[in-house]
Amino acid sequence: MILKTFKLGGVHPPENKVSAGAAIQHLPLPDKLFVPLSQHLGTPAKAIVNRGDDVKTGQLIAKSVGFISANIHSPATGKVAKIDQIIDQTGYKRTAVFIDTQEDVWEEGIDTSPDIERTIKLSKEEIIQRINDMGVVGMGGATFPTHIKMMIPEGKQIQYLIINGVECEPYLTSDHILMMEKGEEILIGTSILMKALGVDKAMVGIEANKPDAIAHLTKLTEKFQGITVHALKVKYPQGGEKQLIKALTGREVPSGKLPLETGCVVDNVGTAYAVYEAVQKNKPLIQRVVTVTGNAARKHANFLVRVGTPIEYLIEHAGGMPADLGKLISGGPMMGKALVSPEAPITKGSSGLLLMPETEAKRAPIKNCIRCARCISACPMGLEPFLLAQLVPLDKWDDAEANRIMDCIECGSCHYICPSGRPLLDFIRLGKDKVGKIIRTRVKQ
Amino acid sequence: MDNIILNAVIALSGIGVTAAVVLYFVAQKFKVIEDPRIDVVEAILPGANCGGCGFAGCRAFAEAIVAAGNLDNLNCPVGGNTAMAEIAKVLGLEAEEKEPLIAVLRCNGSLTNAKPKVKYDGPLTCAFAHNLYSGESGCPFGCLGLGDCVDSCKFDALYMDKATGLPVVIQDNCVACNACVKACPRGIFELRPKGKKDRRIYVGCINEEKGAPAKKNCEVACIGCGKCVKECQFDAITLINNLAYIDPYKCKLCRKCALVCPTNSIHELNFPPRKEKLVEKVDAPTEPAPVATEG
Repeated sequence: MILKTFKLGGVHPPENKVSAGAAIQHLPLPDKLFVPLSQHLGTPAKAIVNRGDDVKTGQLIAKSVGFISANIHSPATGKVAKIDQIIDQTGYKRTAVFIDTQEDVWEEGIDTSPDIERTIKLSKEEIIQRINDMGVVGMGGATFPTHIKMMIPEGKQIQYLIINGVECEPYLTSDHILMMEKGEEILIGTSILMKALGVDKAMVGIEANKPDAIAHLTKLTEKFQGITVHALKVKYPQGGEKQLIKALTGREVPSGKLPLETGCVVDNVGTAYAVYEAVQKNKPLIQRVVTVTGNAARKHANFLVRVGTPIEYLIEHAGGMPADLGKLISGGPMMGKALVSPEAPITKGSSGLLLMPETEAKRAPIKNCIRCARCISACPMGLEPFLLAQLVPLDKWDDAEANRIMDCIECGSCHYICPSGRPLLDFIRLGKDKVGKIIRTRVKQ
Repeated sequence: MDNIILNAVIALSGIGVTAAVVLYFVAQKFKVIEDPRIDVVEAILPGANCGGCGFAGCRAFAEAIVAAGNLDNLNCPVGGNTAMAEIAKVLGLEAEEKEPLIAVLRCNGSLTNAKPKVKYDGPLTCAFAHNLYSGESGCPFGCLGLGDCVDSCKFDALYMDKATGLPVVIQDNCVACNACVKACPRGIFELRPKGKKDRRIYVGCINEEKGAPAKKNCEVACIGCGKCVKECQFDAITLINNLAYIDPYKCKLCRKCALVCPTNSIHELNFPPRKEKLVEKVDAPTEPAPVATEG
């Protein structure tokens, strides 16, 4: 059987899914939680609790501000110690609510029983409102507020809901284990999303390196109307939104447009699970599965942790901080970002922690570009990474824009494949930042 | 044979003469009348095309001067008062005497003062590092030490000091063209008046965090304690967002603020050494603040 995939580019980094067998482990609550007010794309939420307030697990502590924003709920029971600046994953300071935790008492109205709730009682509008209220955001990493994705502008027709269970990043297994343990919940979540979008077809895309998850979900889909499971070729970045749409439907997202244009909405399996919890169990998004792995990690684990847990707490539970730690990365090795400090908290978008030993963490020495064009053949967006990376240091923003720098999805395939070890993506990121600013000022004028 | 050569010469000369006549009339018809004073003014300007005046180059600046008809808000920092006076003389205008400026690095987070906690191995440009993370020392305001300012300087007035990891301004070369101010993604450079006898006093920090987190990352950070504000008799120091700022136009260079600063973040440049009595009286640190910059 020929497996579906996207046509253009792609690379195949070693998968290293060492934590795949580890069952989801509930992590005990830490003494202190730091809940950042900006855990999503868009405007940071506004805190509605004050210092000294008692909060219950699942209580709303910060309200969304503006159109693109999301609510934030208390991940634990306890007292608000203060609302102050905390170092985030980049080392810059962000406002966060500090909570001294006590014994877990859930807010009233939240169903914490393990029973699976199968019937969808809410209407389309109520579902979207509930998703908004419960602060559900995209769990794949971009943390785009989910309720906005559900609001389809008039005149647009959606044919497919695509559920992203690809997890093409090496090392990460949080989505995989979620599909194995919470498969039915994910499919109920998918049905809820289908109802909210008014579509009758949903496709779950899973990379072929997870045959157990494919078999498990395929078996479960027998009970669900309109949901199909598709095995996809193992190729990075298969899990990119645009690549996944191309692989499953053959449609291409036009340059500079949203996936909406192709009649598809893509949501992560983690998001589908969060939607299930929000709609069926009235449970806000306050916890997520985080993979702790890497060649320096003492123990490979998949933890279910509350948002706001310090990263060092997770590492402690995975056997402690290794002595030969070279790099601590939030996310996978391809798209993740190296952390400045382990004090930073887990947010709604943290999918994994990768501990790299010093020997692995070093970048290759930068040599001259030999014009081999491997970056061009690896680019899944059909760009010319070497050219973009050359234009940026020369401040040629117009040329960079004309060469579609804004279409870059920052997957890092170019940097991975470059035999000269050139930091192509770093320069493209810098260029995207500058060109993005130029475009925004132009739009304002 | 003769005939061919002769014909060719006559034909070509004919074309040449006709073209010349046509071109003469076209040139007369479409003549661009340019103010001859622009050339004169441009000749006076230094010709560095640095953009310090805010225009694209010296020619653009000369055009702007001649078009404006006055010298308000127009100044060539490279040529300084001499060039502006000369231009004023040529154009019959009056030039305002401007105090010469110099670039000042408002950060002293050297490798010893702000010890690196992490190691950066990305591309060596501050613009990228600034977008990526807070810096090796953890200070989100401090110098990243990757030298975008040095690359931007066209006058060889900046170099990176390997020992401190900070850029150094060479006083004699700096013309206050503003290039480094624009190049620094963190806005650490400031153009300040050169001061009497090149004496300057300024707060060498732009960290707006509260005292404790600022001090955690850097020993010489301004902690916003406000002691200098109280000490200053001339209302020259303001405290905004936990950061003291010395207004160079109000400052009388009495140096009292530097004595009370608990973190030595107020820098004094080119002053004679203090008299010992004064030092004992206020119980200040015997060593003057370690200054990383010359200018």
